Amino acid sequence: MTAWLRSVISIYRKDWHSELRTRYAISALLMFVVTTISIILFSLGSEEAPPDVLSGMLWVVVFFGAMSGLSRTFVTEEERGTSMTLQLLTSPGAIYFGKLLFNLVLVFGLNAVTISLYAIVINGFVIRTMSIFLVAVVLGSVGFAAAATIIAAIIARASTKGTLYPVLSFPILLPLLLTVINATRLASEGAFFSEAVGEFQLLISYIVVVVTASTMVFEYVWKD
Amino acid sequence: MALRLLLALWLTLVIILGFALPMVAQPQQWYDLPIIPGLEEKARIIFFHVPTAWLSVVGFLGSLGYGIRYLRKKDPDDDIKSASAAGLGFMFCILATVTGAIWAKFSWGTYWNWDPRQTSIFVLLLIYGAYFALRSAVEVEEKKATLAAVYAIIAGVTMPFFMFIMPRILASLHPEPILNAQGKVHMNTMMLVVFLSSLAGFTGLYYWMWKVHVRIERLRYRHVQLPGG
Repeated sequence: MTAWLRSVISIYRKDWHSELRTRYAISALLMFVVTTISIILFSLGSEEAPPDVLSGMLWVVVFFGAMSGLSRTFVTEEERGTSMTLQLLTSPGAIYFGKLLFNLVLVFGLNAVTISLYAIVINGFVIRTMSIFLVAVVLGSVGFAAAATIIAAIIARASTKGTLYPVLSFPILLPLLLTVINATRLASEGAFFSEAVGEFQLLISYIVVVVTASTMVFEYVWKD
Repeated sequence: MALRLLLALWLTLVIILGFALPMVAQPQQWYDLPIIPGLEEKARIIFFHVPTAWLSVVGFLGSLGYGIRYLRKKDPDDDIKSASAAGLGFMFCILATVTGAIWAKFSWGTYWNWDPRQTSIFVLLLIYGAYFALRSAVEVEEKKATLAAVYAIIAGVTMPFFMFIMPRILASLHPEPILNAQGKVHMNTMMLVVFLSSLAGFTGLYYWMWKVHVRIERLRYRHVQLPGG
């Protein structure tokens, strides 16, 4: 168990090392967020959109931002030709969780940047119930990372890597997206925490289901 | 051959009955169909729309089932069966979407209003679309089969969430609550007979088409130089 955990951590640290060497995912994510938010700003002009529209748009930014950065996790292994070595070195489960951990941190970072930027520059985006919003963001990020990781593993094996990623992810992420958008809307309307409990139950079960299914099928995707 | 003829006859009969049986307020004759308030003559769509929607789900489940079997046994034949089921499911999914939209135009006044049912069939269409996009993006047969099966599994486990999410977002206008209020089906015996025969007939049609498709794909697999697939 400890050996397993150690390989998970080393996969995670290895990914950070190679990420910090090129900073590809981080810079792509950051630029994407900045670009999308400025497009929203330009298209809004001096108008003030209603809060439910704004809470939906926040997740549009997060979705496409995540799509531009998270697909790299497995693609880089294929491009560098290191996937064989990894296969020899450790178990598929350790790889999956290491990559998941990396994506988790990436998504949390992405969301922190996106949301603070969004809250600063977009007028009319107010959160009245902070507790709902925070829980929704945390659970939503975990769900995002979970679904994105297994789709990234699939996509790394296909020949058209970039374009297919959002196509494959969207139907999988849609239940999650609809739920977090709904929770964000509740938060901006100032609903009580108890009103959003159903949303949180959905998010938690989504995470559990996706992670469980992913661990079961990851081996087939990963092994040649 | 005899089975195929029987299937053709069966479906012809179902189609004729579905369109021709009179709909009256107080069904007296054995062949009378009841008028369902709010649906009237438009209720006839149930004989054709519901089977297509059912088969689009059957196609997906079939693809998922054979996908899982492929992952276990790595038998290329299972992948052929899985892909054929998905192909047919996609076709029936399009049919269900289109017939539903036409019906919605006459019942709700608009082709599309993001009713929960429309949203869920739209997501099913997206999943099918993504599934075939993935298949066409992988060249190696084995890898294609594995990835497609894995994707079908991941999509299959997230689909049920819509059943819980949709009612929270929008109330449905879909007539299932009218037809099936409190679990009591508002159809008389004749309507139920036609409906169930249509369901059986369409399922038979699906099964036959699937068999033919599997045979074609098997030939294509053996003679890889044949184009397509």
